[in-house]
Amino acid sequence: MTKKPSKVLIIGSGPIVIGQAAEFDYAGTQACKAMREEGVTSVLVNSNPATIMTDEGIADIIYIEPLTVEMVARIIERERPDGLLPTLGGQTGLNLAVDLADAGVLDKYNMKSLGTPIQTIRMAEDRELFKQMLINIGEPVPKSATVTSLKEAAKVAKDLGLPLIIRPAYTLGGTGGGVANTWEELDHAATVGLAASPIHQILLEESVIGWKEIEYEIMRDGADNCITVCNMENIDPMGVHTGDSIVVAPSQTLTNKEHQMLRTASLKIIRALGVEGGCNIQFALDPNSNDYYVIEVNPRVSRSSALASKATGYPIARVAAKIAVGKRLDEIPNQITGKTMAAFEPALDYLVVKIPRWPFDKFASGDRVIGTQMKATGEVMAIDRCFEAALQKAIRSLEFSNRSLLWEDRTWEMGTDINAYLLEPNDLRLWALMAALRRGLTAQELSNHTKIDLWFMDKLQNIVNMEKRLLSKPLTPELLRRAKRLGFSDEQIGTLADRLTEQVRELRHKWQIRPVYKMVDTCAAEFDAGTPYFYSTYDQENEAEPLEGNKAIVIGSGPIRIGQGIEFDYCSVHSSWALQESGFKSIMVNSNPETVSTDFDTSDRLYFEPLDEESLRDILENESGQPDNAPSPSIVQFGGQTAINLAEPLFRSGMPLLGSSAEAIDLAEDRRRFENFLNELGIPQPPGAGVTSVDEALKVAQLIGYPVLVRPSYVLGGRAMEIVHNAGELVRYMKLAIELDTKHPVLIDKYLQGKEVEVDAIGDGESVLIPGIMEHIERAGVHSGDSMAVYPGINLTEPEVETIVDYTIRMGLALKIKGLMNIQFVIMPHPESVPPGSEPSVYVLEVNPRASRTVPFLSKVTGIPMVKVATKVMLGKSLKEQGYHTGLWPKQELVAIKAPVFSMSKLLGVDTYLGPEMKSTGEVMGIDYTFDAALAKALLAAGLMLLPQGAILFSIADRDKPEALPIIRRFASIGYKLYATEGTAAMIEAAGLPVKMISKKLSEGHPNVIDIINDGTVNGVVNTVTGDRVPLRDGFQIRRSAAERRVSCFTSLDTARAAVEALANGSQIYSAQPLPDYRGKEPA
Amino acid sequence: MTKKAILVLADGSVYEGYAFGTEADACGEVVFNTSMFGYQETLTDPSYAGQIVVPTYPLIGNYGINEQDFESDKVQVRGFVVREECYQPNHYLSTGTLHEYLVENGIPGISGVDTRAITRKLRSAGVMMGIITSDKTPQQAMEQLLKVPGYGSTDFVKQVTTNAPYQWEPEPGQAASPPCKIVVLDCGLKYSILRMMCGHGCRVTAVPCTMTADEILNLKPDGILLSPGPGNPEVLDYIVDTIKKLVGKKPIMGICMGHLILGRVFGAKTFKLKFGHRGGNHPVRDLSDGRIHITAQNHGYAVDPDTLKDGLEVSHINLNDGTVEGLRHKELPIFSIQYHSEASPGPLDNTYLFEKFLEMVRGGK
Repeated sequence: MTKKPSKVLIIGSGPIVIGQAAEFDYAGTQACKAMREEGVTSVLVNSNPATIMTDEGIADIIYIEPLTVEMVARIIERERPDGLLPTLGGQTGLNLAVDLADAGVLDKYNMKSLGTPIQTIRMAEDRELFKQMLINIGEPVPKSATVTSLKEAAKVAKDLGLPLIIRPAYTLGGTGGGVANTWEELDHAATVGLAASPIHQILLEESVIGWKEIEYEIMRDGADNCITVCNMENIDPMGVHTGDSIVVAPSQTLTNKEHQMLRTASLKIIRALGVEGGCNIQFALDPNSNDYYVIEVNPRVSRSSALASKATGYPIARVAAKIAVGKRLDEIPNQITGKTMAAFEPALDYLVVKIPRWPFDKFASGDRVIGTQMKATGEVMAIDRCFEAALQKAIRSLEFSNRSLLWEDRTWEMGTDINAYLLEPNDLRLWALMAALRRGLTAQELSNHTKIDLWFMDKLQNIVNMEKRLLSKPLTPELLRRAKRLGFSDEQIGTLADRLTEQVRELRHKWQIRPVYKMVDTCAAEFDAGTPYFYSTYDQENEAEPLEGNKAIVIGSGPIRIGQGIEFDYCSVHSSWALQESGFKSIMVNSNPETVSTDFDTSDRLYFEPLDEESLRDILENESGQPDNAPSPSIVQFGGQTAINLAEPLFRSGMPLLGSSAEAIDLAEDRRRFENFLNELGIPQPPGAGVTSVDEALKVAQLIGYPVLVRPSYVLGGRAMEIVHNAGELVRYMKLAIELDTKHPVLIDKYLQGKEVEVDAIGDGESVLIPGIMEHIERAGVHSGDSMAVYPGINLTEPEVETIVDYTIRMGLALKIKGLMNIQFVIMPHPESVPPGSEPSVYVLEVNPRASRTVPFLSKVTGIPMVKVATKVMLGKSLKEQGYHTGLWPKQELVAIKAPVFSMSKLLGVDTYLGPEMKSTGEVMGIDYTFDAALAKALLAAGLMLLPQGAILFSIADRDKPEALPIIRRFASIGYKLYATEGTAAMIEAAGLPVKMISKKLSEGHPNVIDIINDGTVNGVVNTVTGDRVPLRDGFQIRRSAAERRVSCFTSLDTARAAVEALANGSQIYSAQPLPDYRGKEPA
Repeated sequence: MTKKAILVLADGSVYEGYAFGTEADACGEVVFNTSMFGYQETLTDPSYAGQIVVPTYPLIGNYGINEQDFESDKVQVRGFVVREECYQPNHYLSTGTLHEYLVENGIPGISGVDTRAITRKLRSAGVMMGIITSDKTPQQAMEQLLKVPGYGSTDFVKQVTTNAPYQWEPEPGQAASPPCKIVVLDCGLKYSILRMMCGHGCRVTAVPCTMTADEILNLKPDGILLSPGPGNPEVLDYIVDTIKKLVGKKPIMGICMGHLILGRVFGAKTFKLKFGHRGGNHPVRDLSDGRIHITAQNHGYAVDPDTLKDGLEVSHINLNDGTVEGLRHKELPIFSIQYHSEASPGPLDNTYLFEKFLEMVRGGK
């Protein structure tokens, strides 16, 4: 048995990227709590500031530093932990643990890898070792071979035969994986896979595409007690990455014998691996026999284990962490029942459906086909007591407005030819299947075609049948009840039965058709449980009696997507805790299984539900108990745009909001009203207008002058926002925008290419506290979420700061902000004619009356618990009473830089240039005492730090050439070899620098730009874009190649400048110390 | 539209749903089972004789009925209560639907009911009698229910045991030489026990529960296995008397009812649990080494450990409620488990107990 360690290092998973999302914040947070309960000191290192786990009070000692061997070794040297928990930080944590072992760090400091031995990690990750281990214990594996070169791949493939699956070793989310049906595809997939693998190793494997994909979550303790927490069935059969599959738990189509066969195999495997903790095992099961293969093992907590935890109520990460420090399963209480122990297997009396959230709403040009490489940024889960309802609730949870299962794309050509439907795996396949069923294709035909089990297809047919009944039959209480039981929303029923949504709701109330709420209790009601974890269903008995006393509802932020990330989960969780601290019962509503907010012990009560009007109103009605009781107030400020969008409907239906009023929210979001508002205050904003036609647009643009910033009035993460430089581009944009949405105007603003500054502030109606000002490294025009932000604004002049503070306070007071607000400013440089010291030109770009994505960053950097302060303000405790005052909080003697992180290598077809539309999936923070050190850390953590020596390719748009030259000189001065495309090379040559010209004309001989990226000649690319970004242009190819080869690619000169400066200024002298140590004096 | 039906419990609570299976009334003790898999095994498990079973998992019948998963030759439950009955199953082995199978066996079911509400009721009030009906009012149903004899006073074992001894045919390759000869006293056995014993190289004979000790010994068994079975062990004095005469003569393993009977043989009292243990996830601690085993369970009675005597001791306990899950004799080759080493449905983690029994048997040879 493991000797209990006294101090344990926990490695976090770093920034959110595709394949590694909020689930590891959930896991890490649970692990830290478990360490505390066990009396073990936890040392946490993570580069991602937007996490709960990096909060003071969660881990004992927190480092927000880059996850590199060097940095972690320094932390180890300083802290001297005796144990390492490598299994909670996803693939990042696992890889880093292996690297630390390889570098001899673990041995040097006599640290033990807890839970999972390093040897086991190697065995599970190395395809060959893993396969051999399975063969040794008699478990079946697909025929396969590991290769390290293209030549070898071709040779092996001849023996194995096509089709083959390509899996690179040591990558996350299946990055770089693929399927080869032809020899050409094999060539391509093997090239990509070899490049993706850090050890240039890929596995070629016999294809079992079309088999059932089944996963098991297993726990094992040091005394060899083993249990299965859950099994899950992927609705999409083998061939689609499990992270991109629609998944149901428990499995639906397996007999007891099949389940027990795979369960028994799972236990055998975890024992053979010697994992002490949690383990995920994936199987392929032949739908027509007893044959199965072991496909993959993750000897760590994973996205699937987070899903399984939420699906069952069994906290896998928490239990795994306790096992790692020596507890046995039968010594760990089952928190949910409080009476039983963790040594049991959860029994579900409901089922859950998980649907991935793909980013193709933002990346319209992206390749929507899904396969072995994960593309989803997040996921939703829904719980119900029948499949149809769980599926439909999950679809509501995706928060694609107007995309219930009734949705069909206008461009789809339809008929009875099965080939007319988009049935290869893609993000819209579910809707295509529904469309096909509606037009008379049979469930059997579709199942044969897609290999999706007929059972699931029959369920979709049930939904179609109900649609038809609602269309044709009178709406009776019986029919309405049946439709609700199948998960139809009031809105869907209204559409089909020709009623308004509100009328359907009224009918439901008249006929007493209301949802009941049932508990997730791990034991199918066998034991009396006190879990405050509920889901809705249409059934007889309601278990969620209204909570007694003062209470408020925190509306969460739903699935992780580009533009709405983990930051908002951070805010929701803190708001919930602040409510509790203030003597309120907190009620959380959210649909995202990855998160801390949906941990059942974060709030006094958790409703795992879609975040839409119907669901929220039902919950609020349930919490008021009697119709005439006052409804509980809701907090809409912390769940990103999801929650803020609910302000208006909740307000309209008479539900109270805490904090800023719906009126203030509307004022800030309505372009025309906001313009008038700023005029009255005398605060400038870039000139512009809302337009609804091409003619109008051209007129406005003419008036204000190009370039202009265009965007739809409904904005989320700068969706479909563009900078337009001429009339031609404007016409193209307008035509497209009007086609997509005729209801809302398009906003046209003068594009001010100045310095962008961002402020988060807390108002209470009388005072406005500004914890800090952040200055962006990239100029305005790059979405704030994709910009590097520097705290404090070190390049701002005193008058600029004063103006920003003045505007912020005035707007905060005038909007009567109660709680958080975020303001984006642009500062225009003075023409040289203006004397120094005159009024600076500060414009307001945008005000968001809610928490922004910089709140966790700023909270950590300033030490002001912003969400807590804001929540208390909402409950009536003024800033003054909390010890704060109006104005800017004193600057900390530190520099912190937030840098964005992208997942572009995983999204084929997506252009990577930085622009007004947000593209990053996550963020990191670099913190130190100087700008250079903080910048070096931020770049290091974001994976953007260039090698000290190397070669770099420039391809610069004409209008950027003058500005690029100093940057190019800088690269040359530190010894970088320069490569450039035709025009850029001419410019460099003219400046007297040595440069090698490389053609960007791909059809005109080799080597061209793509070649030198692919063959590793250059290790960096600086490429600025021309205005009309039609994909397939050369620049696009350059950027895509760089993304796929993981070569740093800078599309903003500002970022490139920062990167070369960080390199030039060397800064190997950065600190490695706990976060609070950077802050000189702690705030009151 | 399907016909409405109701489930009425003895305490007067009424649950509405739709009739499926055979349209008939059914009375029985209403019990819940938390297993998420294996409804076919549950339906055909003789230990459910006299009972109306409520699976807590809401979707039942998904993979239909197949030829391989029968645990006896017919449906044994009196009635079946589900949240949703699958009328479009899909599985390569499936030969029919749950509904069709219940109709063939003349058993009624009710679907669309709030099975979790029923479970919560049974958990807090204890198991009780109930009736499924599609043509009676709740009042009429209650009147009917009152006429039915109580579950605990009925000898269901006699109803489900085999009429005559029979030998289980091993599958090809299963016969070992020399095989152990095992007699299984059929109190309501599941085929899986016979299959697994054969799988371990035994020649297995199942015999009626009414067989006398001499008749059993005349079969010259190497070991005797007391099978699971339905109902109250306190009404089975005749079996207890039979086994008393076998103690010390042959190695004995008891499973479930067999375990309760063994307890009684050694003087222990049994008592009725409030809502029983029925499912595939019950943790059991082996007191000899502290290890935890996940077990399949189906029982409503338990041995009172304080009343044990004559060399029998507790070997396993339930981690959830501390009740007795296993007994062993301090000297004699006798042991028993309250749970199901044959699983079916449930986890296969405890099949090693058959090997343990066979070691005893071989040791005594």
